[in-house]
Amino acid sequence: MEQDWIMGLIGGVLIGLGAAVYLLGNGRVMGASGIIGGLIDGSGRNTGKERLVFLAGLVGMPALLYVMTGAQATTHLTGNWAVIIAAGLLVGIGTRVANGCTSGHGVCGISRFSLRGIVATLIYLAAGGLSLLLMRHVAGVI
Amino acid sequence: MRYLIALIAGSLFGAGLFVSGMTDTTKVQGWLDVFGAWDPTLAFVMGGAILPMMVAWRLTANRAPLAGGQFPEAPGTQIDRKLVMGSVAFGAGWGLAGLCPGPAIASLSYGGAGGLVFLAAMLLGMGAAPRMGRYLDSPAHAA
Repeated sequence: MEQDWIMGLIGGVLIGLGAAVYLLGNGRVMGASGIIGGLIDGSGRNTGKERLVFLAGLVGMPALLYVMTGAQATTHLTGNWAVIIAAGLLVGIGTRVANGCTSGHGVCGISRFSLRGIVATLIYLAAGGLSLLLMRHVAGVI
Repeated sequence: MRYLIALIAGSLFGAGLFVSGMTDTTKVQGWLDVFGAWDPTLAFVMGGAILPMMVAWRLTANRAPLAGGQFPEAPGTQIDRKLVMGSVAFGAGWGLAGLCPGPAIASLSYGGAGGLVFLAAMLLGMGAAPRMGRYLDSPAHAA
């Protein structure tokens, strides 16, 4: 739909502005996996409060917007628990081992022409396409 | 000051996910599903997010962060096993569920039980990641 990509572009700019505020304000890369991962493995202990406040905004703002607009949240997340758990584990391990996800390597890395960010993004896009191809069109699991 | 900035940044991130529709896993999987009903929305989200950040990186030259401290160092250029294998694992999981870490955290407010279970599994994986990283780094595993 035509409207989808316009909303995508506007939403994308908002995400980019958030990353710009975090960078120019606090001097940090806005990577979702790094911000929460540092709380999990203890590497971000010294900046714990800052991380928690960031996460509060990330959770709170969509919640507020759903209440204000009365929009229905549609996630279409699969009902297959095994798939959900396997996917969650893969995303958790993968983003921390690779030291970045869509926001860190993708948004923040590509915008500074980081070779690591560009390579990581190409790889996880290809792996995502392949996993969807195999599991949906070949195995028919999702 | 640092906390206010972090709150504003997180809120903008959350608002962007809400507006762009990236809270819906079918939109993400639609982008990855080249052989199905392909949906280009995610490319516009990524492109839209990269634009302000290109300006922001330029503004970091000869300046210091508003709240003090220093800007991140120039990124490394080393493509190591951890970057490659980690990104393969992340991509595989991303394709399976259509959730990456940002939306997974945001889905706490709207994702129901499924989102909660995904988030719990993701955090568990993040806890196990340092060990996996050391394993990939060990010389015994060198190809």
